[in-house]
Amino acid sequence: MLDNIGIIIGITLMYATPLIYTALGGVISENSGVVNIGLEGMMTLGAFVGAAVGYYMGNPWIAFLAAGAAGGLLALCHAIASVTFNAQQVVSGIAINFIGPGLAMFLSRLFFKGATMTKAIDINHKIPKPLDPIFEGLSLQDSFLAQIFNQYATVYIAFLLVFAMWFVMYKTRFGMRLRAVGEHPRAADTLGINVYRIRYICVILSGVFAGLGGAAMSLAVVSLFSPTLISGQGFIALAAMIFGNWKPQGAMGACLLFGAAQGLVVFLGGTSIRVPSQLLSMLPYLITLIVLAVFVGRSRMPKADGIPYEKGGG
Amino acid sequence: MNKRKRLLSHSFGITVISILMGFIVGAIILHRTGYNPFEAYGIMARGVFEKPKYLVQTIINSTPLILTGLSVVFAFRTGLFNIGAEGQFIIGALTAAWVGYFLKLPPVIHVVVVFFAAAIAAALWGGIAGFFKAKLGINEVITTIMLNWIAFYTQNYFVTLESFKKPDSEASYAIQNTASIVILEGWKKSQAGREWLKNHPIWRDVLKTDFNWGFLIAILIAILIWYILNKTTLGYELRAVGFNRFAAEYGGISVKKSIVASMMIAGALAGAAGALHVMGVSHKVSTLATMEGYGFDGIAVSLIAGSSPIGCILAGLLFSGLKYGGSKIQYTMNAPPEIISIIIGVIVLFIAMPRLIDAIPKAVAKIMPFVSRRRGEKHVG
Repeated sequence: MLDNIGIIIGITLMYATPLIYTALGGVISENSGVVNIGLEGMMTLGAFVGAAVGYYMGNPWIAFLAAGAAGGLLALCHAIASVTFNAQQVVSGIAINFIGPGLAMFLSRLFFKGATMTKAIDINHKIPKPLDPIFEGLSLQDSFLAQIFNQYATVYIAFLLVFAMWFVMYKTRFGMRLRAVGEHPRAADTLGINVYRIRYICVILSGVFAGLGGAAMSLAVVSLFSPTLISGQGFIALAAMIFGNWKPQGAMGACLLFGAAQGLVVFLGGTSIRVPSQLLSMLPYLITLIVLAVFVGRSRMPKADGIPYEKGGG
Repeated sequence: MNKRKRLLSHSFGITVISILMGFIVGAIILHRTGYNPFEAYGIMARGVFEKPKYLVQTIINSTPLILTGLSVVFAFRTGLFNIGAEGQFIIGALTAAWVGYFLKLPPVIHVVVVFFAAAIAAALWGGIAGFFKAKLGINEVITTIMLNWIAFYTQNYFVTLESFKKPDSEASYAIQNTASIVILEGWKKSQAGREWLKNHPIWRDVLKTDFNWGFLIAILIAILIWYILNKTTLGYELRAVGFNRFAAEYGGISVKKSIVASMMIAGALAGAAGALHVMGVSHKVSTLATMEGYGFDGIAVSLIAGSSPIGCILAGLLFSGLKYGGSKIQYTMNAPPEIISIIIGVIVLFIAMPRLIDAIPKAVAKIMPFVSRRRGEKHVG
């Protein structure tokens, strides 16, 4: 029984991780006032670049960073459109959701002999589990503790990033400016804050995070990219961010909830308990809807979220 | 508000330039990766126009896109962003497959019943998002994303039910023949039909596809939607809400009722797309591994259409032609067909930035002072 709980918690953490990265991307972009519905596309591109670079270079960390860079580059398109050219942000995000997966599969066909699925990365070239030696040394590798705490490095990094994001957003000058830009850009502007620059930084960072999230999927949870690998996780992360009230710690909590639903589906699939997995998978979305309805008014999005800013405009 | 207005009424010129930019960017990417863009575009064009059956296939494929495009347009006109066409399509398709299989009715009546059952179910589904927006003030983008996934898993759940699932398959039972809208379905399989078709190879090719009444119905619906939006009180009220919510309220229009009505009609349209797809092409619903994308494609269609119902017909055909023609560059020149997604994404991106397109002539003026000055004078004159 205890072991089973360990397994469920372990799977929860593993599946929540890609969502956490991506949801953090959503948090930073939307707090600066730019809706980023393109997280899905950025995540997909990141997943591909991570898997491809990992396969050809054999170094998971270079691959991980390359995925972040790819997501950031795609996010730059979103930033140019929505910050400089005042595009309607949802539309520009939708464009990103066509371009990102399109580009990922296009490049996959070029680099993997016409296949939209990359070749699997050697197990030694995946993101490592840094605590493996310790648990092995204590011969605890199959224990309850190991099920929970012996995770891929990307899992620990995700939680560190949540803390870092919270710290930057609420305890630093940059964070205060970022939130000011998302709440009331004109006031921020009059105080000498460069609204455009902050929004550019935040949107690009959101792409970097989404790219890392995709790679956390393709370099750790599995070891390759396939067209259905991400399918919708970017949107789930977006939902988690909203569920988490546009806060890093809240988004993390929501991602853990979504991860737990996934963990239960995976776990129950391996047992004789017959619960329709489809209904279980549906649960997080139902809960989000209900929570939104029940706590209506309590959820508060940044005031200027989604509204293009025009210097000197009316 | 201004921004939205701009997007709704963007001119035909911006659409044309955006489409052009999509093709230019696509050509650059193809060229950079070692494919001849002219050859690729040539193959795509021939892949649509060369044979009647290709053209028919393009028309068949455009049917759901026109309708999901209309769905997004309709919500747009009331100032709502219907990301939920995807889920509404699923609910429509699922309902159609269910009613089409379990009910036993005479031919034409069965089709009508299936169509309206699907449209009503999807209207209620869309209405949920409208209700959340109107009564609770929750952004429809958020609720529709959630509803998409709930619809997704609902379909996958129903396809596991014993009475509905065809054994040894990942799909439901096929709908009754009485609910099919495939043209001449019985005849083309009959002895006389096969005999006749043997001597008429073009018709044989055309009828080999899922040639069905769906496209015609989609066109009629597009005209109906144009009429509702532009010629009726309901349409006037919905547009007024989209134009200026507060002024509409002041003018005695119930904004809340309009929002719910708009989302319900949008849902019905996407549901109709699902119903026609099931009755005309797939005849069943299958376990979904990933979103099929009819709703998301519909968003792109609506944007390319410039939120005009009639534009949706053209944009749906363009989109379907791109996808169908684009799939052929894989076989003939081994080029990745995903270039189409990139081209479509770039088109949408440029449509999202009318300001950039406005700036293009100025930029050209800077780079090529002589050329543009001459041109500029012509324009003035």
